[in-house]
Amino acid sequence: MTDPSATDFTPDERPMTAAFRADRRALDLTEYEAAGGYEALRKALRELAPTDVTKVVSDAGLRGRGGAGYATGRKWSFVPMGDDAPSVKYVVCNGDEMEPGSFKDRYLIEGSPHLLIEGMALACYAIGAKTGYIFLRDQYDKPHALLTRALAEARAKGYLGERILGSDFNLEINLHVSIGRYMCGEASGMLNALQSDRPNPRWRPPHMASAGLWSRPTVINNVESLCCLPGIVRLGAERWHALGRTDEGGTRICGVSGRARRTGAWELPVGTPMREMIEQYAGGMRDGYTLRAVLPGGASTPLLSAAEIDVLMDFDHMKQVGTGLGTGTALLIDDSVCPVGLCLNLLRFFAQESCGWCTPCWAGLPWTVGVLSDIEEGRGRPEHLDLLVEQMWFMGEQMCFCDLAPSATKALGTALKLFRDEFERHIDEHHCSYRTADSTARR
Amino acid sequence: MATVAITIEGTRYEVDDTRNLLDICLSLGYDVPYFCWHPAMGSIGACRQCAVKLFWDDDDDKGEVVMSCLTRPRAGNRVAISDDEVVRFRARVIELLMTSHPHDCPVCDEGGECHLQDMTVMTGHAYRRYTYAKRTFENHDLGPFVTHEMNRCIQCYRCLRFYVDYAGGRDFAAFGLRNEVYFGRLRDGALDSEFSGNLVEVCPVGVFDDKTFAAHYTRKWDLQTAPAVCPYCARGCNTIAGERYGELRRVLNRYNGEVNGYFLCDRGRYGYGSVNAVERVRQPIVGLAGLSASELVRGLGARLESALGERRVAVGARPRVARPRPVGIGSPRASLEANFALKRMVGDDRFFLGMAEREHTLVERAAELLRAGPSATPSLRDIEAADLVIVLGEDLTNTAPMLDFAVRRWARLRPTADEERLGIARWNDAGIGMVKKEEPKALWIAATHAGKLDEIAAETWHAAPDDLASFTLALAAALAPQRRRRATKTPLSDEAARVERYAAALRAATRPVVISGVSCGSVALLEAAAALARALPSLPAAASDTAAPAGTPDASAPPAAAVPAAPAGAAPLALVVPEVNTLGLMLLGGRRLSDAFRLAAEGDVEVALVIENDLYRRAPAASIDAFLRACGTVIVVDHVKTATGAAAAAVLPAASWAEGTGTFVSLEGRAQRSLQVMPAPRPAQPTWRWLSALAAAARLPVGQDWITLDHLLDELARERPDLAPATRAAPPADARFTGMKIPREASRASGRTAMHADVSVFDAPPPADRDAPMSFSMEGYRGRPPASLIARYHAPRWNSVQALNKFQEEIAGPLRGGDPGVRLIEPPSAGAGAAGAGAAAPAGGAAATAPAGAAQPATAPRVVAPAPGRLLAAARHHIYGSEELSMLAAPVAGRAPEPYLALGARDAERLGAREGRPLAVVLHGAGEPRLSLPVRIDDSLPEGLAGLPVGLPGLPFLDLPAELEIDDGGDRA
Repeated sequence: MTDPSATDFTPDERPMTAAFRADRRALDLTEYEAAGGYEALRKALRELAPTDVTKVVSDAGLRGRGGAGYATGRKWSFVPMGDDAPSVKYVVCNGDEMEPGSFKDRYLIEGSPHLLIEGMALACYAIGAKTGYIFLRDQYDKPHALLTRALAEARAKGYLGERILGSDFNLEINLHVSIGRYMCGEASGMLNALQSDRPNPRWRPPHMASAGLWSRPTVINNVESLCCLPGIVRLGAERWHALGRTDEGGTRICGVSGRARRTGAWELPVGTPMREMIEQYAGGMRDGYTLRAVLPGGASTPLLSAAEIDVLMDFDHMKQVGTGLGTGTALLIDDSVCPVGLCLNLLRFFAQESCGWCTPCWAGLPWTVGVLSDIEEGRGRPEHLDLLVEQMWFMGEQMCFCDLAPSATKALGTALKLFRDEFERHIDEHHCSYRTADSTARR
Repeated sequence: MATVAITIEGTRYEVDDTRNLLDICLSLGYDVPYFCWHPAMGSIGACRQCAVKLFWDDDDDKGEVVMSCLTRPRAGNRVAISDDEVVRFRARVIELLMTSHPHDCPVCDEGGECHLQDMTVMTGHAYRRYTYAKRTFENHDLGPFVTHEMNRCIQCYRCLRFYVDYAGGRDFAAFGLRNEVYFGRLRDGALDSEFSGNLVEVCPVGVFDDKTFAAHYTRKWDLQTAPAVCPYCARGCNTIAGERYGELRRVLNRYNGEVNGYFLCDRGRYGYGSVNAVERVRQPIVGLAGLSASELVRGLGARLESALGERRVAVGARPRVARPRPVGIGSPRASLEANFALKRMVGDDRFFLGMAEREHTLVERAAELLRAGPSATPSLRDIEAADLVIVLGEDLTNTAPMLDFAVRRWARLRPTADEERLGIARWNDAGIGMVKKEEPKALWIAATHAGKLDEIAAETWHAAPDDLASFTLALAAALAPQRRRRATKTPLSDEAARVERYAAALRAATRPVVISGVSCGSVALLEAAAALARALPSLPAAASDTAAPAGTPDASAPPAAAVPAAPAGAAPLALVVPEVNTLGLMLLGGRRLSDAFRLAAEGDVEVALVIENDLYRRAPAASIDAFLRACGTVIVVDHVKTATGAAAAAVLPAASWAEGTGTFVSLEGRAQRSLQVMPAPRPAQPTWRWLSALAAAARLPVGQDWITLDHLLDELARERPDLAPATRAAPPADARFTGMKIPREASRASGRTAMHADVSVFDAPPPADRDAPMSFSMEGYRGRPPASLIARYHAPRWNSVQALNKFQEEIAGPLRGGDPGVRLIEPPSAGAGAAGAGAAAPAGGAAATAPAGAAQPATAPRVVAPAPGRLLAAARHHIYGSEELSMLAAPVAGRAPEPYLALGARDAERLGAREGRPLAVVLHGAGEPRLSLPVRIDDSLPEGLAGLPVGLPGLPFLDLPAELEIDDGGDRA
């Protein structure tokens, strides 16, 4: 199969990306409008009450695209509504795409910044927020420039501001470019960062839906979740849901990086088999490389062995095989990659990004890095493997304040099962055999 | 609040579900290790040290690991502290916290009283497995009070939370992330907060330690310690003071849930250097050298006797021609006992309080207002239960720092409807702080100048003292039911609008507290504040009940907790007075200092006895010079050298507060006993003992039988039934506990039998303490002492200050047996009928003879604008500088400002004054002092109002407020 680029599909099949230009230049406002842009917002403001929008999103079955997969409509339903509700509420877009291996949010913004703005407008309308914030990763210079321009265009055209499209709905969206930390991607840490506080996670309650940003009701949605909204509103819950190939429904951005023939991101029906994505969309492995495992949804998901890639890519099926869909962007691990070096590299990242709040994370991750370095560099001892297992218990979900450390060790946990012999060989032979090979774990 | 039944370690308990499991377990006596949780600052869940296993109900056999500090109990829960997994996990937390810890206990000041040491032993972690490099930091010089050794940090975040969230400090932050979080300032520099010293106790390791203690360091177990009362302001905070080799070495907080809770201010913590100061009087100072103390007493006694003898003759034979007679001048910084002894010796009509003229008037009025009621003075718990606090004319940060802190902590923790609606538990510190940040503020201030509390106030207004009084009266009037403002079309004037804003907030409040005081020198303001309090509702009894649960004082404990805070229709009223025993002295009663001047001028003073009082701080130097000259013989008893002592015929060396036991009455009206920490260095002895010796030498009918403090206290109780409750502030000296005294030294003290071995290898008997049931030894009663005799916090496995948990009824609740101190002032309706419960019935003394004038409506003061060309100067107090004794401690003196003149920007411009440049002024007050002071431009000052610091070295006595004008030497006249 040739490159199945997005342009091969209609907006009804691929609601987010069908209009993307082949040359990857972002759609400007005119182009976005020509492709049906802002029609969903127009429809919502004319025909739907805010709670109806929430209902459509719930019925469509949209689950959060940031990684946890929480039902978006349900998340919104906790926001106090009605006359007694606080008059100030916020929608915050999580664009702090810091997950190693993930680039789908960038792909969406760089393809169509107005898609995100329209999605935010719909979310704000649904929960009654008059202010939205887009929290963008520091290094995203191009999305930064595109969003800045798109917001100005939207304001000038009356998609933002007072009495939008003749309705009673007012909305201002602010772009906040972060100084950049992994913890800013954790929803409550992000709110703290927006408030100029340290991006430490918050204890719940209070839940953010009732007391979030500046202790006002707040909804935090991932860029992609918001980008799904115009399609859902335009197509209706049923038609959008029917796009999926499993019960979960809808489409999502999936991506591949690693030594595939074609790396990239594609909007695929939810439930597309991973093998189909790797072999058809990504064109399979490059010559001379064999797939050994997949890091399916970013650095904080458990490894999937190559034997299991027939799994259907939705949250439930991925969970059934012991991993997670995460961000939906898969990193292919081939036979030139040292599993110990891979884990070391991942753990280094997480140890670097620990916010320093809870002990298992800030003290446990650096120690784990130390042990993995020892093994990788030939200083490993047999008891180190038990120590690693102990560390993973110590950084378990019940032990930590947030999910950073438990997630950080997921890949390591599966690597110890899938590649235990490799770890043992490092220890027995006091060196990493991949380092002598042409390709190393470091490249 | 609801009570739920849960099981802890197999035992069933009924527990309060508004508390978290950690709090509950500790209150029940279980040892659960913890770091980031603090009993006064709640839970954040960072350290993960307090993990326990929670089984949801009887059917749950799997259980889950939970952090007990973040878990509320639910009916049927089973809690396992000794479950294998959590025991292993807690040991691992310590192992991880230790990865970068330097293990430098032998050279660490925290060693031996270190929470990390305690928790390490408690969890059983022993062998190090971490083999990688430790992270290291550079440290800051944080000024004279606090050391900084960041390598020891275990990242519990307590310092940050205390310093920024609770104390309001702005020069401290957490920097960096992962295992490299740095807690400190941006760069070297003295910590700006007045409460920085609490970091020493808040930090569970040795990152922040007492820098003054480090200069003469001793391990905790080698310190001789006793329960003291801070002598450096009127708040009466409870302290634990420690001594070795005759040197006072440090001061720590002593918990009192009604006064200072877990904290102290930096003046209180670091002012102790006054005890060791070179300015101490260590030997008698006399004009004739070579007299021993006893010879001197004999000589002075004879002098006294002859004076008294002449009086006896004079009274009997020729009453109209009175001969010179001795007078006694007391002191607001001397104990109730010393002042009472002096008053007994010289007689009621010859006893003078030794306060400045204006201060005497102010304090007298304040005492009247408090005694007349109906407002009660609020305890710390009353303040914590408030829903609004209004501060009038006080810069609390500098005049009563721990009231400032109480207000700050209240502002952060006061319950709000939002927190309840959102389901945020009272212990959820981060949640409370987050919501509170966005809530409307409930602190309202009107003062003469900007203060640090302004930043957490809903509104502040700055005006001259009498303008503040008028404003307060207008506020009280606006609250009267019949005076509710009708809606009018005409716009309000600025003044009326301001009154309306404050009044609207006060009207909405159901539990307001009024704080004012004497510091800005306006009697009218005191009266107006009392009038305002009367116009406001009282704290509901329920509020103080919930604030102090389980507060069941035993028979010997103060009745205060059981008495409702105030009758309906009067908000609690706190009035700040200047010194540690100002209120006690006024309750004792006596004549004005100016009356003594008059007597002396008439040639009626043959001998003047001045105790612990530098009169040059009370009146212009010329008046004091004249007075001292007019007195035949001036005998000073004091522990520090003063200008008064320098002019006296003799100075007898008194015991300092750390060397003698005495009772002090705080601004709350709480009588508290401060116990001797160490034997007074001979020949120093408590002032009342000198007086007793003089009485014996002079063969006086009173005073000779004051052998122990209890003799004197018995006499006080007999002579002054209204003050009798004060004698119960602590157990008498003959109290025994299973037949023993309470030891001042720890059981493991290595000192007593060895520390003087260089002098003699024979084991000298420990000095006797005749005044308190405590020994100068490690021998004695090892059980839990009564609350007023707690000399240190220690319990098996708990060597740090956190051992306090074991001394409380429940966490952050009252000490077992009730918080120390006896309230002497309760409003009449509360105290009436309860024999001896209050001191409402005055019995002699100048203050007491005045009628209960508070019942009369206060009238607005006549506000007089300064004469043309003049400014009104109001007093400015400084936490470091305005208090006499603490300035003898070098670290405190180093933080004191140089004298200055504060001017508003417009006045400064009009006068051509520039920031930092000296300006010569003359003050039209007592003594007409001429001053040349550098100008400090203060934008908070309204036009026409200036500010002058009081009490600073280098400044003469200033009677403020007073008008001042440019001293042009006649050029511009």
